[in-house]
Amino acid sequence: MDAVQPDTSYTRTAVALHWIVALLISVGFTLGATMTDLSVSPRKIRLFAYHKWIGITVLGLVVLRLLWRLTHPAPPDEPMPRWQRIAAHATHWLLYLLMLATPLAGWLYSSAAGYPVVYLKLWQLPDLVSKNKQLANVLVEVHGYLAWTLLWVVVLHAAAALKHHFFDRDATLRRMLAWQRR
Amino acid sequence: MKRHAPWFSTMAVTAAFVATAAGDPTIDASKSSIIATFRQENVPVDAPLKKFNGRIDYNPSQPNAAKAALEVDTGSLDMGSSDYDAEVRKKPWLDSGTYPKASFISTSVKPGAAGHFDATGTLTLKGKTQTLSVPVTVGSAGKAMVFDGAFEISRAYFGIGDKEWNDVVDDKVKVRFHLVE
Repeated sequence: MDAVQPDTSYTRTAVALHWIVALLISVGFTLGATMTDLSVSPRKIRLFAYHKWIGITVLGLVVLRLLWRLTHPAPPDEPMPRWQRIAAHATHWLLYLLMLATPLAGWLYSSAAGYPVVYLKLWQLPDLVSKNKQLANVLVEVHGYLAWTLLWVVVLHAAAALKHHFFDRDATLRRMLAWQRR
Repeated sequence: MKRHAPWFSTMAVTAAFVATAAGDPTIDASKSSIIATFRQENVPVDAPLKKFNGRIDYNPSQPNAAKAALEVDTGSLDMGSSDYDAEVRKKPWLDSGTYPKASFISTSVKPGAAGHFDATGTLTLKGKTQTLSVPVTVGSAGKAMVFDGAFEISRAYFGIGDKEWNDVVDDKVKVRFHLVE
């Protein structure tokens, strides 16, 4: 395996943020996709709370990631065809967009439904819109569509990374693995 | 039917009391609101009671003689979603089938500063009664008189909600009202 040069890798901060957010999105998505079908119970209330906390955490971390990305450029691309380069960059920015839009739509939905977000049971976040049942019904759909779109873009993104790793045998995936650095 | 006799008579007494104490309802329900705020996982949720009626007799020059009688449909609590609406009407919660009405009937009124009084009365909810003293502020909206206030009740006292919920839903429920005559 070729040693990855420092300047061809992401910073440790970027790598850590990437994988923490990836884990949180996986858990948050799984909760979101299963909790809504549960019958009313204390457990359901708790799962909704955890789901909201995870979403708000993702929102905060993605804002940090964007600030970090804008001040610490990504390493240069591995050699690859032009269309792949364009597709990869488009996917990355689409992911950023969806990682912001999905939790924001969830927060908006919580506000419209009259069930505000109290982060970690401690801090009540401001309502983004006032209580409105019709709007809530629309926002819950939007939140769901965004989450499923995010899932499929994540699948595409991960499939491309694995393709580069196992078929092209380049450093695309390794430069996002902290323990491979230097 | 024997089993039902107690609540029938309670209801009849309550209804008669509301009728005599209140006469015709004077509260304009379309302009008024009664909202219960409960906390689940520390999230405050406003649940309006959509159906209620009652009467407040208040003369600013004779505040001591003020009287209030209110009746609320427990089945009209709006939790914001149909499955929670169904849950809260069940036996462990409000048991709206057996106890369709809750009421507050004043027994005495103590005037405070101008535009304020404390209304002491009996709250009847899910077959239990509690004496409450509620601070009320009197205002006006055009020609109408407006009464605002809030009080807190304990779910445990009225037997509302199973124990398994106690870690998730606070015992205290705040009720605030905005009544326009």
